Amino acid sequence: MSKRQEEETEQGEERTGLSGRVWRSIVRGPIRPRDDRDRMWVIANNFILHLRPKKLPARSLRYTHTFGLGGMSAVLFTLLVATGILLMFVYEPSPERAYDSIVGLQTEVFFGKLVRNVHHWSANFLIVIVVLHLLRVYFSVGYREPRQFNWVIGLVLLLGVIASNFTGYLLPWDQLSYWAITISTSMIAYVPFIGGWLQEVARDGPEIGAATLINFYTFHTTVIPVLLIVFMGWHFWRVRKAKGVVIPRAPGEKLEDQPEVVVALPHLIMRELVVALILVAFVLSFSVFINAPLGEAANPGMSPNPAKAPWYFVGIQEMLLHFHPLFAVVIIPLVAFLALLFIPYMRYDDDVAGVWFVSQRGRRLAVIAVLAALVITPLWVVVDEFWIGSNGWLPAAPPAISNGLLPVAVMVGALIGFGALLRKRFSASRDEVLQAAFVLLAVAFLVLTLIGVWFRGAGMALTWPWNV
Amino acid sequence: MNAQATERNESADDQSSRRSFLWKLWLGLGGVALLEYAGLFADFLWPRKPADVDDGEVVIAGALEMFELGSVTAFPKGKFYLSRLENGGFLAVSRQCTHLGCTVPWDAEQGRFVCPCHASEYDARGDVLSPPAPRALDTFPVRIENGIVKVDISEPRRRSSFEYAQLTMP
Repeated sequence: MSKRQEEETEQGEERTGLSGRVWRSIVRGPIRPRDDRDRMWVIANNFILHLRPKKLPARSLRYTHTFGLGGMSAVLFTLLVATGILLMFVYEPSPERAYDSIVGLQTEVFFGKLVRNVHHWSANFLIVIVVLHLLRVYFSVGYREPRQFNWVIGLVLLLGVIASNFTGYLLPWDQLSYWAITISTSMIAYVPFIGGWLQEVARDGPEIGAATLINFYTFHTTVIPVLLIVFMGWHFWRVRKAKGVVIPRAPGEKLEDQPEVVVALPHLIMRELVVALILVAFVLSFSVFINAPLGEAANPGMSPNPAKAPWYFVGIQEMLLHFHPLFAVVIIPLVAFLALLFIPYMRYDDDVAGVWFVSQRGRRLAVIAVLAALVITPLWVVVDEFWIGSNGWLPAAPPAISNGLLPVAVMVGALIGFGALLRKRFSASRDEVLQAAFVLLAVAFLVLTLIGVWFRGAGMALTWPWNV
Repeated sequence: MNAQATERNESADDQSSRRSFLWKLWLGLGGVALLEYAGLFADFLWPRKPADVDDGEVVIAGALEMFELGSVTAFPKGKFYLSRLENGGFLAVSRQCTHLGCTVPWDAEQGRFVCPCHASEYDARGDVLSPPAPRALDTFPVRIENGIVKVDISEPRRRSSFEYAQLTMP
């Protein structure tokens, strides 16, 4: 009998009563892990912990490598499920009862307001965090072989999170939600040929009503969460199969064949717990002080002025003011999403997985792209608002050309010119140019969103944030 | 010896092809079951027409002489405006903006519909005065029976712009 087995028998013999035997039937391993071998055994044999690796490279632990964004998304998702279940006990998904049940939740149910606040803010933070997670993976070049397909799974999860938010937005049935969903579903109608039909399916009828609400409720509380859980499992599993996150390295650095490894318990698990606890504490205190908005009950006869889509769609709504709907709602978002899907499958010149911003030059070019976007986007918005107007650049031509094809062609041309300039002026590599273009477009969309949220007042006219 | 071996091989092949057939059959049946579920999913999600759609929903607007020439009257229940033009013709225009579906209020002073969402403007006939609205406001069929104006609101009619044929003359 080895020393180890003897120890385990000793531990087992400490508890020979019924409770001891029941306990041993549940926790079969060492109760208090004493060395790394014990800890690895715990990781491998614990139902929840076995999602984590037993060992991992020491350098991938650094917080500023991943910022814990993926884990934070999972924590927010857990908070959302926990509070969402509570809300389901109180909420009634019908146009007659929905708003009143939310008011009742906030005024009569013990901690009702806090639970709704936690749900609301977790959902909004989740969108921010998953987008930051995407940016982290992109800029630390974590999407290359063997992680290509996990990027795709991540994009599916991003869509799921947005869909989940969007379907939840309607449920309070106040002016804010009713008109935001009206506007967003009206955008669908601009899809060529099948737009009207798609819109009717999305609304389950010609306009938003009881049928829409029950469909959104079912998607929000069942269909999307279940799909999210399945895809999250797949996402985590692929991370394991790729032997963890991409290992960070300096530009030009070669990774050693036998990197230093540490045991996940405590090094990884404790870090994850700390991030999770801080995040939960933050969401809770935020929710104590800041209430989720609730407007007047929905009134289909009166649109509020201004009426805006949910904030994550406001960038698209802003594009609607500058481009023909076919381009603003269909072509540009579709092309952008396809480009995102295509990122891991493009041909790249340099082996830079794990190198932040590809290289020192890549970093500098990214800054240039940020500055360019910060200057050009507001300029474009202001010029289009005051000088060009919604008739477009060639008022004689059909709107799809004068306000669609033409400005888009100018934009694409400018983007290609920007890339050529970087190549010539800075002798940038292909990878660096692609990254700069990505930065330019991402910051432009961010600026459009900020303009839409803070600088659009009554009648969607440009104004200052304090007048909105 | 050889003959026996061949025989055995043959029977193994035989078995494996039967096995692979059964395997494919099960796989195919599983696929069919999934497809059935997908079909049901779509069927349950499909927009259903309300049962009373055949009769149409008719709003009785009122007597002919209630509506002055060049007036616009709101019918919040029916979600439309009854517009009587200077030539006496009636037009029931939908209150739903053709841009993104906001409800457009009638501004009597300016004599136009102004959308609060993106500042589209329409005249009393529903024609676009100012974009981004891509087309004129939808209309509903108007009937005049025994001096009573009735509007059928069951199905809005899309149009790109105003034409005289859309008017109902008393």
